[in-house]
Amino acid sequence: MVASGTFGYAEEFKDFISLKNLGAIVSKTITLKPRQGNAPPRTCETPAGMLNSIGLENPGIEFFIDEKLPLLKKIGVPIIVSIASEGGPEEFIILAERLDKLGEVSAIELNISCPNIKVTKTQGQCASLPEGDKVTRLISQDAKATHDLVKKVRKVTRKTLITKLSPNVTDIVEIAKAAEEAGSDALALINTLPGMSIDVETRKPRIAMGCGGLSGPAIRPVALRMVWEVYQKVKIPIIGMGGIIDTTSALEFFIAGATAISVGTANFINPKVSVEIIKGIKEYLVKNKIKDIKELEGSLKL
Amino acid sequence: MKIWQKKAKIISNYKLADKYLRAVLHTAKIARIAAPGQFVMLKIDNSLTPLLRRPFSIHRVDGSKIEVLYEVVGEATEILSKRKAGGHIDVIGPLGNGFDCRAPHTGHRRRPILVAGGMGVAPLVFLAKNFKKVKGLVLIGAKTKKQILCEKEFQRLGFDVKIATDDGSLGFKGKVTGLLEKILLSAVSCQLSAVYACGPRPMLKEISRISNKYNIPAQISLEEHMACGIGACLGCVVNTKEGFKRVCKEGPVFWAEEILW
Repeated sequence: MVASGTFGYAEEFKDFISLKNLGAIVSKTITLKPRQGNAPPRTCETPAGMLNSIGLENPGIEFFIDEKLPLLKKIGVPIIVSIASEGGPEEFIILAERLDKLGEVSAIELNISCPNIKVTKTQGQCASLPEGDKVTRLISQDAKATHDLVKKVRKVTRKTLITKLSPNVTDIVEIAKAAEEAGSDALALINTLPGMSIDVETRKPRIAMGCGGLSGPAIRPVALRMVWEVYQKVKIPIIGMGGIIDTTSALEFFIAGATAISVGTANFINPKVSVEIIKGIKEYLVKNKIKDIKELEGSLKL
Repeated sequence: MKIWQKKAKIISNYKLADKYLRAVLHTAKIARIAAPGQFVMLKIDNSLTPLLRRPFSIHRVDGSKIEVLYEVVGEATEILSKRKAGGHIDVIGPLGNGFDCRAPHTGHRRRPILVAGGMGVAPLVFLAKNFKKVKGLVLIGAKTKKQILCEKEFQRLGFDVKIATDDGSLGFKGKVTGLLEKILLSAVSCQLSAVYACGPRPMLKEISRISNKYNIPAQISLEEHMACGIGACLGCVVNTKEGFKRVCKEGPVFWAEEILW
């Protein structure tokens, strides 16, 4: 599938690939109200990667349902809608309830790990915890907060629920287990890593918000390690992502324990990469006489 | 409009002057539909650093070939400068909205005026070709004489060329926008239909002020760091009166009055 925030709402890619060949499309994260996003510059390149602080620019849930979802539906592949809150679990619940009623939505992905929303005065931090809470962290950095949120959303929807995890934690397994226990149907990992790049002439960060999320091949070793760790401790499926740019890197994630994989940043470099990888995986299975990709899953030999 | 992703053969990649090069790429499908003001995203090489494509405005089109004009400013352009004829480069294009050439050329306001700052000449040569039937005016500005590019190309296209250099080594001494204002103050100004500008941001901000002051419509071609170049990532936005717009999709050409500087 294609990762949230890297494929827009699919329109921009129709000239490059046959969209119906994708396993699924994960939409850009939607919030209750429209968001303008952060001031530019929002992106910069780093070695084998890039930083982004888009800031969840999106047209809001109602516009998405009215204008974007019908176009996505026409493609004919599963649509996974990524949602986030600008403040507290309540918005997640409202969004989930809204999407629960729509047949064209195959699954909901909880973006509890976006580091680019400025809710408090703390530079670049996303405080999605309820007001009054002194700790300004992401929900995904707190096992109890993750558990509470997933449990609340679980109550209002029967859709397949995917929790997207942040790597910016001491122990991702703890967060993964909390999400699983609270009723998450699957886990998506990893989101971006907080990072920075500095212009030495101006002495300013190269992106306006200072810090941004690092993605691309540079984060792949971190992502693989985390998929492997989580795989050993949870039973629910893992959607692995983080720097996949070709068939080989995709296969690494299956071997590490992913049931499915998602391609993100690579779409910017090669808009055809997603279908090239699908084709490459099929060729690998045929060449190695593997009947089902599930044989690869978690087959890492230690 | 359709966007293509093609492996283009490098026909030539040659130096114009120190650090300035021209690459000629064979890419028929893109060349056929490219419009002035549009750009392409080039994957410089197959490595992971540089990772992202780089945007280059379409400088000229000749049959099934497109040309890009570029300056070596960093690692990616350094690598590009060493790519040889015969090799291939992955191209996505044509991208962006292009110049609106329907801008008023009616009544006694006949001449378009193109204003280029430094490397801003690149897309304006393509635009100038579009205006062949009208004897337009082009102002080229740079820090110094050595950085003035494409004077002959504009002349061959039938344009009057005026030069401005910061250090006075050639033509008007001062910024190209200073030269523009001087021209607008003179009798010639009543024949100018619209301004088409490309160059550094401060120059374009000045163009905006001048456009407003002299009530002459101005189109500016903006730049912003791009990750995808195709409108998907939302990285390259610019603030306008109608909110954030993507430089790669709703731009790179904007009416100067739209931009919130």
